[in-house]
Amino acid sequence: MGNRIVTARELAPKTWLFEIEADHIAKRGKAGQFIILRVNDEGERIPLTIANRDPARGTITIVAQEVGKTTEMLNALDVGDEIHDLAGPLGKPTEIPTGKTVVCVGGGIGNAVVWPQVQALKQAGNKVIAILGARTKELLILEDEIRAIADQVIVTTDDGSYGRKGMVTHALDDLIDSGEKIDEVITIGPVVMMKFVCRTTAPHGIPTQASLNPIMVDGTGMCGACRVTVGGKTRFACVEGPEFDGHQTDFDELITRLSYYKPEERASLDHHHRCKMDEAARALDRQA
Amino acid sequence: MSDVDKPKKRDINKAKTKVPMREQAPQDRIFNFEEVPLGYDENEATLEALRCIQCKDKPCVRGCPVGIDIPAFLALVGERRFEDALRKIKEKNFLPAICGRVCPQEDQCELVCTLNKPDKGREPGGVGRVERFLGDYAMEHDLTITPVCAAPTGKKVAIIGSGPAGLTAASDLAQKGHDVTVFEALHKPGGVLFYGIPQFRLPKEILVREIDGMKEMGVKFVMNYPVGKAEPLDEIRARFDATFIGTGAGLPWFLGIPGENLNGVYSANEFLTRVNLMGGYKFPERADTPVKKIKRIAVVGAGNTAMDSARTAKRLRPEVVYLVYRRSRLEMPARIEEIHHAEEEGIDFQLLHSPVEIVDDGTGAVGAIRCQEMELGEPDASGRRRPVPIEGKIKEWAVDTVVISIGQGPNPLLTADCPDLKRDPKKGTIVIDPWMRTSYPDTYAAGDIVTGGATVILAMGQGRKAADSIHRFLTTGDPADPEAGQGDVCGNLT
Ligand SMILES: Cc1cc2nc3c(=O)[nH]c(=O)nc-3n(C[C@H](O)[C@H](O)[C@H](O)COP(=O)(O)OP(=O)(O)OC[C@H]3O[C@@H](n4cnc5c(N)ncnc54)[C@H](O)[C@@H]3O)c2cc1C
Ligand code: FES
Repeated sequence: MGNRIVTARELAPKTWLFEIEADHIAKRGKAGQFIILRVNDEGERIPLTIANRDPARGTITIVAQEVGKTTEMLNALDVGDEIHDLAGPLGKPTEIPTGKTVVCVGGGIGNAVVWPQVQALKQAGNKVIAILGARTKELLILEDEIRAIADQVIVTTDDGSYGRKGMVTHALDDLIDSGEKIDEVITIGPVVMMKFVCRTTAPHGIPTQASLNPIMVDGTGMCGACRVTVGGKTRFACVEGPEFDGHQTDFDELITRLSYYKPEERASLDHHHRCKMDEAARALDRQA
Repeated sequence: MSDVDKPKKRDINKAKTKVPMREQAPQDRIFNFEEVPLGYDENEATLEALRCIQCKDKPCVRGCPVGIDIPAFLALVGERRFEDALRKIKEKNFLPAICGRVCPQEDQCELVCTLNKPDKGREPGGVGRVERFLGDYAMEHDLTITPVCAAPTGKKVAIIGSGPAGLTAASDLAQKGHDVTVFEALHKPGGVLFYGIPQFRLPKEILVREIDGMKEMGVKFVMNYPVGKAEPLDEIRARFDATFIGTGAGLPWFLGIPGENLNGVYSANEFLTRVNLMGGYKFPERADTPVKKIKRIAVVGAGNTAMDSARTAKRLRPEVVYLVYRRSRLEMPARIEEIHHAEEEGIDFQLLHSPVEIVDDGTGAVGAIRCQEMELGEPDASGRRRPVPIEGKIKEWAVDTVVISIGQGPNPLLTADCPDLKRDPKKGTIVIDPWMRTSYPDTYAAGDIVTGGATVILAMGQGRKAADSIHRFLTTGDPADPEAGQGDVCGNLT
């Protein structure tokens, strides 16, 4: 059961899309679910959302942004390489309504998750509006893919280099003010963004699901690393989520918990870079 | 070691106490992850085996959850017939190198041993130590006592979960000629033996070797396959003639006190998984999963998992490791040897204290643990004296890390996706009949998913029992053993 990479495409600087052979996940995975992978036998287990599936080809698509050593090593892989371990699908699928108007608000790499959600929502006969945010034009990913299926797409960039200048919340505010009847909002992206999306929808009483991205280790409910507080209760995001009622979610706690390993992640990456430099130096030595 | 040299055949060793086992000294071992007890050599094992008086009554056999013929294998060791002794054990227990290390012998075979007279200063026979010796002997001499498998029956069995229950069932069923596939959610097989129990107590090489042996027997292993998610149980059942569930008690409990989601609070499972399964102690040079630099740590609980967490923490070289437990030493559920080793290694036991709050250091991380002092009152349902708070007595220890190790519940990963599989409404454990059969007629379950957190040997004993039932089910259509009375399963094991 090898998990061979069949497509590798750079979507934006340091952001890669991979299509990987994983027959059973392609068959059973659903929007909102994720996989956990390791790139080698010493590797960390990292969760990545299933961005797309092709049951006929037996492949899944994931999108990875380089933020640490594992994602950097992952993005160094190419077509024909194998992913060392790939487990999934994990987590609960997104609850898909029917015949509603749903706004999907994505930011940054979160747009990779919006993509399968828009697909599933459309298939179930919903009207879907996607608001896609990015810091700047070249970091905007999957716009074409999402445009091809959504009823309406609004793009925002922080620097105004593309689409509308400003935050996704501004676009969302305007949409609400325009009188569009919105039944539900689904949001995925940086935690701060999701927090403000939820603040935007709360006064209007629009149900809002946030897809949370806490640190995970096993992803099977066995360790509790992924604990989040929702409605005052501790929940394990890997098995009870990753999507939760955004109005009940303690985003500040999530931000704090996500920051815990930042120094170690940097140390790991530094070590990795040093090793790579040593290797290069040794190679030069050999040549000399 | 001249006095130990070459015991003669059929000598009886009248020593009151066990032949001592060499250990890494505490001051050395806290700086490494190598195993602590070093094991017996051939002479020491023979000498210890000769302490067995071969009594007629054999209470030890009844004390063993899998019914190993203990006097028989000890007699063989006494004659230095190590390979035969190993075969004798393997009739009942295919993981002696593991059980010799992790079984709570003092509550089982050794507890009821005729020799065991603590008031007279006499220790029981060192069953666990000799068992471990044989397991290690097999490895050192590369003896694969791989059982001969019966002719293929053409029947296919799915095993879900690769802990001791699943591995035992898989091995037994393969021996009986069935075509066995093991499905495991994680990337390495072994369950708790791999992700939980640390290297210094159970070297992973032992496990790897046993699993390689099973692969030679034709058992197939599918890793990274969370059944329920990767494939619904019903579809597995449709693809296989029988299904076995051994998904364990993987769901960690928390205390439910303020501050439990602060940075620096781990479940024992997370802490041990980071260090063991993911090799976090080698971070960042040889592993990518980080473990935080720890200065002061409190481990809450007093079972094997708590001892493992405390001793693992000690090896990460903090200033202090507290072990906080709400009852007294007498009630500690861990194996005696683990408690003893923890003490030797300088774990600071804070007994009769119950955490009431984990205090924020101001940055969202752990700053201290606040505890209520307790005293022992009347015995509770478990027969242990109930801890009761002493009014007004609160203590606080400055720590940067807290590991919660107060037990775990049944793993919901599989059961959450099959609502009609009958479970105990309170505990969430899978309900089985006396033949280990679940509410699905072709599906059996054993181990911690049935009992709640228990022991390796109980999981193995149940795995074997389930395998026997599955074999009868596959050959006759009925799991019941016509020769046995009503099975004595499950309920009494919790
Ligand atoms: C740290 C620690 C120390 C311990 N020390 C001792 C000791 O010294 N002595 C002792 O006797 N006992 C000890 N125990 C208890 C003992 O380990 C357990 O009782 C025993 O492992 C239970 O075995 P099991 O096969 O039922 O389950 P487990 O060992 O828990 O294995 C279950 C396996 O199933 C997998 N799984 C779960 N769900 C799925 C799914 N849906 N699909 C596929 N796979 C799945 C899990 O990933 C896991 O690998 C200890 C436990 C811990 C946590
Ligand atoms: S990641 Fe371990 S329980 Fe969720």
